Amino acid sequence: MTAAGWMQMIAFAVVVLALTKPLGGYLHRVFEGERQPLPRLLGPIERLLYRLCGVRGRSGSGEPAEQTWSQYAGALLAFSLFSVIGVYVLQRAQTFLHFNPQRFKGVDPALAFNTAVSFTTNTDWQAYSGESVLSYLVQMALGWQNFASAAVGLGVALALARGLTSRPGPAGPRTLGNFWRDLVRALLYVLLPASIVVALFFVSQGVLQNLSAYKELTTIEGLKQVLAMGPVASQEAIKMLGTNGGGFFNANSAHPFENPTPLTNFVQLILIFAIPAALTNTYGRMARSERQGWALFGSMGALFIAGAIACSLAEAQPNPALRGLGIEQSAGNMEGKEARFGTPASALFAVVTTDASCGAVNAMHDSFTPLGGLVPLVNLQLGEVIFGGVGAGLYGMLMMVVLCVFIAGLMVGRTPEYLGKKIEAREMKLAMLYVLVFPITVLGLSAWAAVAPQGVSSLGNTGPHGLSEILYAFTSGAANNGSAFAGLNANTPFWNLGMAASMLVGRFFMIVPVLAIAGSMIGKKVVPPGPGTFPTDNALFATLLVGVVVVVGALTFFPALALGPVVEHFARGRTF
Amino acid sequence: MRESLLPAFRAVLVTLFLTGLLYPLAVTGLSQVLFADRANGSLVKDERGVVIGSELIAQAFQSAGYIQPRPSAAGDKGFDPTASGGSNLGPTSKKLRDRVAAEVLRLQPDNPGVPVPAELVTTSGSGLDPQLSPAGALWQVPRVAKARNVAPERVRAVVEAQTEARDFGILGEPRVNVLLLNLALDRQFGRLTSPKR
Repeated sequence: MTAAGWMQMIAFAVVVLALTKPLGGYLHRVFEGERQPLPRLLGPIERLLYRLCGVRGRSGSGEPAEQTWSQYAGALLAFSLFSVIGVYVLQRAQTFLHFNPQRFKGVDPALAFNTAVSFTTNTDWQAYSGESVLSYLVQMALGWQNFASAAVGLGVALALARGLTSRPGPAGPRTLGNFWRDLVRALLYVLLPASIVVALFFVSQGVLQNLSAYKELTTIEGLKQVLAMGPVASQEAIKMLGTNGGGFFNANSAHPFENPTPLTNFVQLILIFAIPAALTNTYGRMARSERQGWALFGSMGALFIAGAIACSLAEAQPNPALRGLGIEQSAGNMEGKEARFGTPASALFAVVTTDASCGAVNAMHDSFTPLGGLVPLVNLQLGEVIFGGVGAGLYGMLMMVVLCVFIAGLMVGRTPEYLGKKIEAREMKLAMLYVLVFPITVLGLSAWAAVAPQGVSSLGNTGPHGLSEILYAFTSGAANNGSAFAGLNANTPFWNLGMAASMLVGRFFMIVPVLAIAGSMIGKKVVPPGPGTFPTDNALFATLLVGVVVVVGALTFFPALALGPVVEHFARGRTF
Repeated sequence: MRESLLPAFRAVLVTLFLTGLLYPLAVTGLSQVLFADRANGSLVKDERGVVIGSELIAQAFQSAGYIQPRPSAAGDKGFDPTASGGSNLGPTSKKLRDRVAAEVLRLQPDNPGVPVPAELVTTSGSGLDPQLSPAGALWQVPRVAKARNVAPERVRAVVEAQTEARDFGILGEPRVNVLLLNLALDRQFGRLTSPKR
């Protein structure tokens, strides 16, 4: 890879590192602080929103009442249920509604359901092509779920963090905060203001933002061309900041109207990691020791760097299958990549978008080299804990922490504890549920699709790469990522419903155990650290945590990977 | 969960209005005031003020006297801005190898003996890639010079003048915008074709 490519990667890492502490501190103030930032300006709006939502306040104050874990989960599930219904209805009815200059018809039921689930679960898997199916109104409604699903993820992470870090008195609180408060604050103090600024920056660089009909023109050679239009920048901002990843256009962030310059590309990369990285610091502050957060950050950072280097090196290689054709491949594997990004910025994007649960792409993963495509797939299979999605990354990594202290406890023969609280049988059972739901969903559905005619008939590539397409799809769905090996034709009833199932399970069957663990940890007494306490804020722990993440992921998925990308790599030069 | 149903329903409506309507419309309004050109597609006009393309969207230049863009997988015939996307052919795909081989056969006579830069025979992610690397543009200089009957060095000088460096020296790749380059060639050496309107 070029020196500039390496410098770009280093610059990215430095900016993320520099943002973590200040943004983490801001998030801590927003969600846990006594006084809100900007209380004069936005405080009245916050209280107005509670009133409009009909959230019952604690007597006297405007603050919503505290919730137990099951109340929190209930509110979250109810909100998500109505969200799915809302997005579904708007798609079906788009032909009767405003902002539809292209007069697109209502979306088919299976596709509309898939898309509604996809955006509500923060996955943003897209079995449709935005510019030829959706009205601007529906696109803006998807933007709504870009905000809402990110705020939901944030809420779950905060609830778990409160459960782990609270110091109860003798009576002991049983509550984890309030879902509506977390939702409203995330939107009002974090996501909306940042998105407005970022969207305007994107427009200044060339990202579209209009409500016009598509523009027809004649080129200087006399050819007709129709330019797709739309309110792109407003969606682009929250698409990255909320780690959603659903493109306005089919080509997503490879599209010059979504991501016109290397600078917008760099900003998009930063936005993906900004909140997930900052949350490690917010968590450290909640635990009254920022070192606890930095230990998580360190584990995530190490895994990120390993993936980024591996993928960048792989994509900088020429494609062996194209040898002997008289072409010059010094720029690396350029199929599916944009000239303005080249292989370095494309490989970095692929790693960042799959470390987090973003799933935006600026190059087509399906056309990556076998090892270059293996890295994003492995990132997803590690559970998207490498910074991860907004909120989802932190709670995913904290589940790994629970597993890690349990294993460490077994090694030294002590009851495992974390931040002074004992981890007992109930928490371990729930953590195992969390860990097992994911591979069962991914491997079960992949196995089915690999033998069912309705699964295989959608493949865009044959040979081992076909298996990679299937495996990538269900991994992406269950991990709520949304990127794809997009040769797969996912707009069939089998794939629309199968993917919807994987996304629902991968979101809610994992969120509920997390909230249940939060609920059982919140009331536990804190034991002061003794000489036998295993410290969780140092490099040894961070290393052990990396080991647990890799071993759990690798043991689960290696056999499947061996039949897909690994075989394909060793085919070197053969075609299928 | 039952006590949450009503607040959930109302919260869905409130957040939909706030983030799904108010926010994008406010951003649209601000963008139209602050950056109208950019917000409406970075359109390029000829001297008579007629729109001839977008700076950001590739066009299928076919004349030998123009620099040609990368092949496109957008839409059935390529270069369809209402059907963006890549080929999604895997690295070991036979279709990919066959397509590249055919493309090399088509291009090689333009510059015999010099290997074709890979980007000129590979499709981009969007199918609408408006740019080429300097190498991809320079490789086409002999053909363009011959078609326009000018010295290759003069064409090369125009390509180099149109080349943009990496952003801040490290971000992305050096690149040349194909549409703007071809307009510069027309300005320098005379209009190649009269527009068919």
